Amino acid sequence: MKISKVVEKIKPSGIREFFDLVIGMKDVISLGVGEPDFVTPWNICESAMFSLEKGYTSYTSNKGLYELRFAISRYLKNKFSLSYNPDHNILITTGVSEAVDLALRAILNHGDKILIPDPSYVSYDPVSELAGGKVITVKTSESDNFKLTPKLLKKYISKGVKAIVLNYPANPTGVSYPKKELMALSRVFIDNDLIVISDEIYDELTYDFPHTPLAALPGMKQRTIYLNGFSKTFAMTGWRVGYACGPEEIISAMTKIHQYTMLCAPVMGQLGAIEALRGSAKSALEMKREYKRRREFIVSKLNEIGLYCAMPEGTFYVFPSIKNTGMGSVDFAKGLLSKEKVAVVPGTAFGPQGEGHIRIAYASDMDNLKEAAQRIEHFLKNNV
Amino acid sequence: MKEILEILEKDARTTPGEIARMLKKSVSVVKNAIKKYEKEGVIVKYKTVLNTDILKDGVQKVRALIEVRVAPQRGHGFDHIAERIYRFPEVVSCSLLSGAYDLLLVVEGKDIQEVSSFVSERLATIDNVNSTVTHFILKRYKADGDILKRIERNNRIAISF
Repeated sequence: MKISKVVEKIKPSGIREFFDLVIGMKDVISLGVGEPDFVTPWNICESAMFSLEKGYTSYTSNKGLYELRFAISRYLKNKFSLSYNPDHNILITTGVSEAVDLALRAILNHGDKILIPDPSYVSYDPVSELAGGKVITVKTSESDNFKLTPKLLKKYISKGVKAIVLNYPANPTGVSYPKKELMALSRVFIDNDLIVISDEIYDELTYDFPHTPLAALPGMKQRTIYLNGFSKTFAMTGWRVGYACGPEEIISAMTKIHQYTMLCAPVMGQLGAIEALRGSAKSALEMKREYKRRREFIVSKLNEIGLYCAMPEGTFYVFPSIKNTGMGSVDFAKGLLSKEKVAVVPGTAFGPQGEGHIRIAYASDMDNLKEAAQRIEHFLKNNV
Repeated sequence: MKEILEILEKDARTTPGEIARMLKKSVSVVKNAIKKYEKEGVIVKYKTVLNTDILKDGVQKVRALIEVRVAPQRGHGFDHIAERIYRFPEVVSCSLLSGAYDLLLVVEGKDIQEVSSFVSERLATIDNVNSTVTHFILKRYKADGDILKRIERNNRIAISF
């Protein structure tokens, strides 16, 4: 059977083989998981069960339950003074993943240029290509902590760049931007008339300064597609609920695609999300405190055993350098897995700039982190 | 420094070195804070949470909740009579409550007979104890914030982006 040329062009992930290796192995301590280790707070689970018992099992409106859009609108208003009208500016999606796809398809014409940072989350690049966009990779560097800077952006913005995907706090590096740095970036976005798809799914997991949504900065709301969801903050990855906020014409374009492809986000997930916003702030805060302690632990431990690791401002990832081992990312990850049974993700999974780094997810309990740190130390002693 | 208590309450085995890392403090600062909490009696002791119900070699114990009505004493309120009661090693916990009775005890024994005889011979015979109601515990599900059944979250896929 002949496959579409666009799909065929998408490169299979270079580390598929490594993934198969991990999944086939038993008793592995995995620090390679991109989701919280906590179970969804019980009030959310219990509320969803109650809704099922009451028979809430149907489609919802394409845009999502009004009650949820209203709750999101109120939450953004209270927390960030961001005003989005639940009727016109908010769309509930099946996770942020769907929202990324919708946003890209809604804005890109065939051949439109879009900037994607390297390293970054794995979906931005292929999904942009599926939408017909021409990806321009912005190579961030370790010396800038893998951050975008106005200088770097200007280097890549040639005539005809239409949009950029921004993700902060960032997967896989954990870095984020304080308000001042965002302001500087926003001036470049405005000067060059860029649309920004801003994936802020890790916003509540920002540890060292308050998170500022890009859309809250002067001149940015009309050019930002703000994406967020419930997966990370409330440990609800499997519920698949995210949302997009933006100017009315963008949200209605996205809704057009959404209604023919997804129809609506799962109702059970939407009901759980309502409860999450209503009564789970305390649970979310407790998880955040726990992540923060683990962050301090793992960063200090990694630096001590000889893997240089910057202190990331958010997420539950650290992105230490393994350059002084002389090994490449994939070889390091393979060796660590086969010799010590610890799984991490090679930095190259997130783009060529990730070479020389590994992503360690500290969404794993302290006992695992302690044991894993010992095993990594052992691995370094015997293999470097 | 209260965060130290939070960490120890979750896992008393966490070493001062590990706590120091987690809180970005020096080991000596953490050690001193722990010492201070111990001295003040904020940290009473370090114990292990057991679920003896599933123990197979016959050292299972029986527990009962006992409601006790007592007559308070002039000048001492309930404290004296409470102490008379909680000093018995059979009494696992003892609290003064508002409501229909005064003290709520958890009493432990090797079997129903041992708990019963403690209640009838020791507890009920104390002066100022007016009445007791004994409820034997059939099964414990959660104790002091800990669910006794193991809830493991091993269904995450081993690797994901």
